[in-house]
Amino acid sequence: MRRYLPRSVVFLYLLVILLGPLVMMIYRTFEDVGGAWGAITEHDTLLALKLTLVVAAIAVPLNTVFGIVFGLLVVRGNVRGKGLLNAFVDLPLALSPVVVGLSIVMLYGTDGWFHWLPDNGVQILFSWPAIVIATIFVSLPFVAREVVPTLREIGDEQEQAAHTLGASGWQTFWRITLPSIRWAVIYGVVLTTARCLGEFGAVAIVSGNIDGKTQTATLRVEDAYQFAYGNYAPAYGISLVLAVMAIVVLLTMTFVKPREETA
Amino acid sequence: MALPIAALAWRSTQRGGASFWDVISSPEAVAALKLTLMMAAVAALTNAVFGTITAWVLVRDAFRGKSILNAVIDLPFALPTIVAGLVLLALYGIKTPLKVDAGVVHFKADITFTRWAIFMALLFVTLPFVIRTVQPVLHELDREMEEAAASLGAGSFTTFRRIVLPNILPGILSGLTMAFARACGEVGSVVLITGNLPYKTEVASVFVLQRSASDPVGAAAVSVVLLTISFAVLLVIGGLRRFATRRERA
Repeated sequence: MRRYLPRSVVFLYLLVILLGPLVMMIYRTFEDVGGAWGAITEHDTLLALKLTLVVAAIAVPLNTVFGIVFGLLVVRGNVRGKGLLNAFVDLPLALSPVVVGLSIVMLYGTDGWFHWLPDNGVQILFSWPAIVIATIFVSLPFVAREVVPTLREIGDEQEQAAHTLGASGWQTFWRITLPSIRWAVIYGVVLTTARCLGEFGAVAIVSGNIDGKTQTATLRVEDAYQFAYGNYAPAYGISLVLAVMAIVVLLTMTFVKPREETA
Repeated sequence: MALPIAALAWRSTQRGGASFWDVISSPEAVAALKLTLMMAAVAALTNAVFGTITAWVLVRDAFRGKSILNAVIDLPFALPTIVAGLVLLALYGIKTPLKVDAGVVHFKADITFTRWAIFMALLFVTLPFVIRTVQPVLHELDREMEEAAASLGAGSFTTFRRIVLPNILPGILSGLTMAFARACGEVGSVVLITGNLPYKTEVASVFVLQRSASDPVGAAAVSVVLLTISFAVLLVIGGLRRFATRRERA
């Protein structure tokens, strides 16, 4: 009896919080498959999904490069205020996405600091650049946070050896450093992707939420629910598409994680 | 990243310090901030308790399907928050299947537009934090200490309280703080299920979201408070990390 108590508590808790609701959503979606499928294949939904994927395709590579460069700078570089820099990069993890969104409005809005951009016809806010900036901001830390501890752990002996044998900095990076941190990078990329696909708060503020133009998949879900009038199948259907993406991400995560640990 | 934050802070004080305090001390903003801090604290504490038990089960217990359970824990990290809100609505919304309507007993697990909705949403999105900070520590923990305590006659509860708990406490606390920060800033999962009723179920982030266009100065003022909370949380976590490494060296 005593042996089974902790695990029963855990099962029950996960059932109430996580699994029960998830199973119910899947059930509700398939209760009205036609409605759900109709909502998914609607023109504006497809555009929203496409926008989300395009934004992720821009934000993920940029944040990956940033994360690796940042890691090298903080662990190997000789810059002052490393601790501060390291804490600062974690900020988006602790910060509300709406605060991120609002600060972008304050910067690029018509009476923001960079108001000369919209004044001269460069539309940032309520357009795709703002969505990209917001997404980059909220998903900034993930690669950096995976790379920093790994770089610390592997040390720089191999890099020094390569250097003594005449390798250039670039060669050392491609042949020694990058291969040894690759699983950390991949894991970071997976987490970044998940965050980019699912971002809501920041994008809700900066995008303007125009159907078929600046509406991302998560905003489409919100709209589908707000205008459901008792028919929730469309909202559940689009949610399920996002949930399936999340589960694919999750599977990649579990596949990558053990390798990293045994390497 | 630094520029937008600077612009935000500057903008919130643009109409002078007095206006900043006017907005912050307006009854609706105060109510929203208070509610946010309270709900975030309650949710983070609840998950600290259940998270510790879950981490314990994942490390020490052995049963079939444990690796699946371990993978499922990360789901709230991977799932978009707006989807998390809808997932909860499916089971605890207006059309909930969980209802009893027999004679004098009327029960319906419809939590929409109540504070229970905020609580459940925050529990959902902060579920993995404590588990993921406690799990590795528990994994590394030397079992010999526990065996020694047990052989000296300590009961399992005493062993846990005196030996295991002090070791995993920094992990619990840093997971708890991270969960608290996340809960304070949560939008996506609460925006649909709570109905955002001012003074009742409107949390600070939703306050900011709804006023971002109509009242940017007010939204900016509340944002600065949220920003301050985030900085404070990062400081606490940094402190905990230093404390943990110093103990390791000692």
